[in-house]
Amino acid sequence: MAKQLKSQYDVIVVGAGPGGLAAAISAKKNGADDVLMIDRDLELGGILLQCIHNGFGVDTFKEDLPGPSYAQRFIKEAQGVGIDYLLDSMVLDVTSGRKVFVTGTRGGFKELQARAIVIAMGCRERTRAQIGIPGPRPAGVYTAGLAQRWVNVEGYMPGKRFVILGSGDIGMIMARRLTFEGAKVERVLEVMPYLTGLSRNYVQCLMDFDIPLQLRHTVKRIIGKDRVKAVEAVQVDDRWRPVPGTGEMIPCDTLLLSVGLIPENELSQKAGVILDPRTNGPFVDDGFATNIPGVFAAANVVHVYDLVDWVTKTGLTAGRRAAMFAQGHCNENPVFVPTAAGENIRYVVPHRIDPETLTQDTIMLQMRVTQPMEEAVLVRVTDGDTLIAKKRERYVRPGEMVSLKLCERDYDSVRHAKELRVSVAPL
Amino acid sequence: MHSRYDVIIIGAGVVGCMTARWLSRYALKILLIEKSSDVCTGATAANSALIHAGYDAVPGTLKAQMNVKANPMWDRLSEELQFGFARTGAYIVAVGEDEFQKLDIFLDRAGKNGVSAEIISGEKMRKREPNISPEVFGALFVPAGGVCDPWGATIAAAENAVTNGVELRLDTEFQDFLWSEHEPERIVGMKTSQGDFYGRWVINAAGLFADEVMHKAGVRPEFRITPRRGEYFVMDRNQIQIQNVLFPVPNAISKGILVTTTLHGNTLVGPNAENIEDKTGADVTPEGMDEIWEGGKKLVPGLDRRHIIAVFAGLRPAGNAPCLNLDVDYHHDFVIEIPDQVKGFVNLAGMESPGLSAAPAIAERVVELLREAGELLTPQAGWDPVRPARPVFRGLSHKDQAALVAKDPRYGRVICRCEYVTEGEIVAEIHAPIPATTYDAIKRRTWLGAGRCLGGFDMPRVVDILARELGKDPLGITKKGHGSEFLFRRTKEVG
Repeated sequence: MAKQLKSQYDVIVVGAGPGGLAAAISAKKNGADDVLMIDRDLELGGILLQCIHNGFGVDTFKEDLPGPSYAQRFIKEAQGVGIDYLLDSMVLDVTSGRKVFVTGTRGGFKELQARAIVIAMGCRERTRAQIGIPGPRPAGVYTAGLAQRWVNVEGYMPGKRFVILGSGDIGMIMARRLTFEGAKVERVLEVMPYLTGLSRNYVQCLMDFDIPLQLRHTVKRIIGKDRVKAVEAVQVDDRWRPVPGTGEMIPCDTLLLSVGLIPENELSQKAGVILDPRTNGPFVDDGFATNIPGVFAAANVVHVYDLVDWVTKTGLTAGRRAAMFAQGHCNENPVFVPTAAGENIRYVVPHRIDPETLTQDTIMLQMRVTQPMEEAVLVRVTDGDTLIAKKRERYVRPGEMVSLKLCERDYDSVRHAKELRVSVAPL
Repeated sequence: MHSRYDVIIIGAGVVGCMTARWLSRYALKILLIEKSSDVCTGATAANSALIHAGYDAVPGTLKAQMNVKANPMWDRLSEELQFGFARTGAYIVAVGEDEFQKLDIFLDRAGKNGVSAEIISGEKMRKREPNISPEVFGALFVPAGGVCDPWGATIAAAENAVTNGVELRLDTEFQDFLWSEHEPERIVGMKTSQGDFYGRWVINAAGLFADEVMHKAGVRPEFRITPRRGEYFVMDRNQIQIQNVLFPVPNAISKGILVTTTLHGNTLVGPNAENIEDKTGADVTPEGMDEIWEGGKKLVPGLDRRHIIAVFAGLRPAGNAPCLNLDVDYHHDFVIEIPDQVKGFVNLAGMESPGLSAAPAIAERVVELLREAGELLTPQAGWDPVRPARPVFRGLSHKDQAALVAKDPRYGRVICRCEYVTEGEIVAEIHAPIPATTYDAIKRRTWLGAGRCLGGFDMPRVVDILARELGKDPLGITKKGHGSEFLFRRTKEVG
């Protein structure tokens, strides 16, 4: 905890989840003396604190950890290297001049100045309104993450009999968690013809507990004025329209929604950060710099990651670059090469890269595909007819990110490229 | 229970609450009953939040008379009761030349109702609202139109009534009238779900249920309220901000699907108009959502469905009362009367649009009706017209926010991350003259949970605060009263 709040910091990190923790640690280790993390919750760790299931850190630590344990390793490290933090505090405003306005019960209302800022607020869950579920507005319609907080942090059961809409990871994990707690999960409905979360969660959370998954199905309407009494499930056609005659009433008291996450960038926009409508996150370069000098973005504010290990990695990069910026060390006139989404690629992050980075470091290109391909595929990075890099995958699925590493040997071809277009096609 | 009152008002929507507030200035013992767990939960809770100028009400109707009379009252009312109101002006927007010709009908109607209006060019309209369709040919501009916070207005009116001595009983449902044993056709009180209450006057302000109440009194057996559903979208204000109130050229049934600014800066799109059977059927429907979207896009083609943050439906209490003015052929007029056939009964019904706009004038008319019926209505000493507003953190400058937090640190803890509602504001509402005891009650008073995440972040925190402040178990905290509990049991308990 910050004993005495300063009015100026080298790096201020907004959000102390895995991305923010990694960014703060990395900033400190890379020469930023005064680093402050700000988080709205009562403890460090962000959403990991309610993710009490395992599956975290397989890549980073070669261990399979529960969320809080994964977070704890970084919390210890952050405390060890002497990073200040402010909890139970909300950042109200960030300016393009890197002023940070924050309020909390302990610190009160403060105006702070940062040399560099890392925004790491994470994401929020898509709601009922955003997918337009018809019906009245009773209690018992919750996002999966909200139910997860109630069960795992607060210790309350928000229902007895559940239907889950969406095969996102949190929904599937909650299906298992609620079953452990004695609730009945009737089924998981997914409007797409494929799973939107990780395959391993389907196996470990649904199959192992005999919870049915119905693809190409959605909720046609909610029934119940005060509390959910039932939902009407329905099959959909290729254009997501209900197929007549397929409606089925499922009695339940709770509908959980796991229908996607949206990077939370309202603060970023206040600072003037420009967002990519495809990712809902800032346009970033390979150092996670946004269009606003000195404002860097880490983790799920950039785009929604599938694994925490990636979140940590981006945090480390953003934190290091923020520290360099704060100390006045950065490439003065970078000549960026843009990335582009080709065949079956929804988007590529980062949006542009500085080839000079490759002389010291690798750059990870990360993509989400538009359509699943259940066969061996080739991921290619091209510039016109020139092949710059390639990688094989056994399959690609929208729920699982595709990553491709560029390294020093690619420097020359990247430097001369007009764009780096990523595409996926069957082998 | 044999409580005796001078006046009992049935229904704490905008009409009931404004009437209670207007009557509270006189030396009367007043009871306001409401079947829901909070005030402002029926038609008042879900509508377009507009204060109409009165340009389109059929001349000669009570609707026109009350609307035009009430419109200028809102400035002073919003100052006294300290709720949100802005006189933005309103536009009827003509898309294409055919619609442009029709504007003359409304210009003429405005003139007959005594409402000032002018026709402006498409170019001028586009200048005033850059998001508007390039097909816009022109518009009728009505400067007196405005936007308000209907929740804030109604709750403030109720609160002002309560602090001036009106007794409010929630969760109290009207069942039947009690009749005099000595005098024929005189109402002396009512049976409710919470016992009997006696009163010299009963005022029917039951909104969607006003027909059922008046039928129990034997009044207007042919009168029917038809719930007419209207569905709405709320847009993310970070993505699109319409600066004006934009109506399409209206059709015969409703004012049409509008695109309008709100006091919170979010653009509102809707409503459609569908007659339904169920008076509690405020469902959104796939057809309705498509309809309002199409209607909205006609005026503002740049609307993007991904920027919708909330969807809701409201029910208009549409009546079938013929206009009292026999020269006017109109059959959906307000009912504002003391009927001849029963004594002790004030009948207010059919309060569809412009019911919200007209409410202050209706309340004032009730005062006149009682006076005409022989009530002396002596002013109450010490009546205070002012309802002081409580601090709204998000509306303050950084400097004032700092001062507020320094004074009470609970205002430093943000509970609703999208709308920046603080713990201090929530606690203040829980302990207000009309205590907010449910999640939705807090939402209506603070705008909490009305933003992008729809309460996904604040809900467990609000349940906690409600439980703590009310001295209740979190399991007993509800969304909107009994039967809408959020939680069932603790974990690790056998369910």
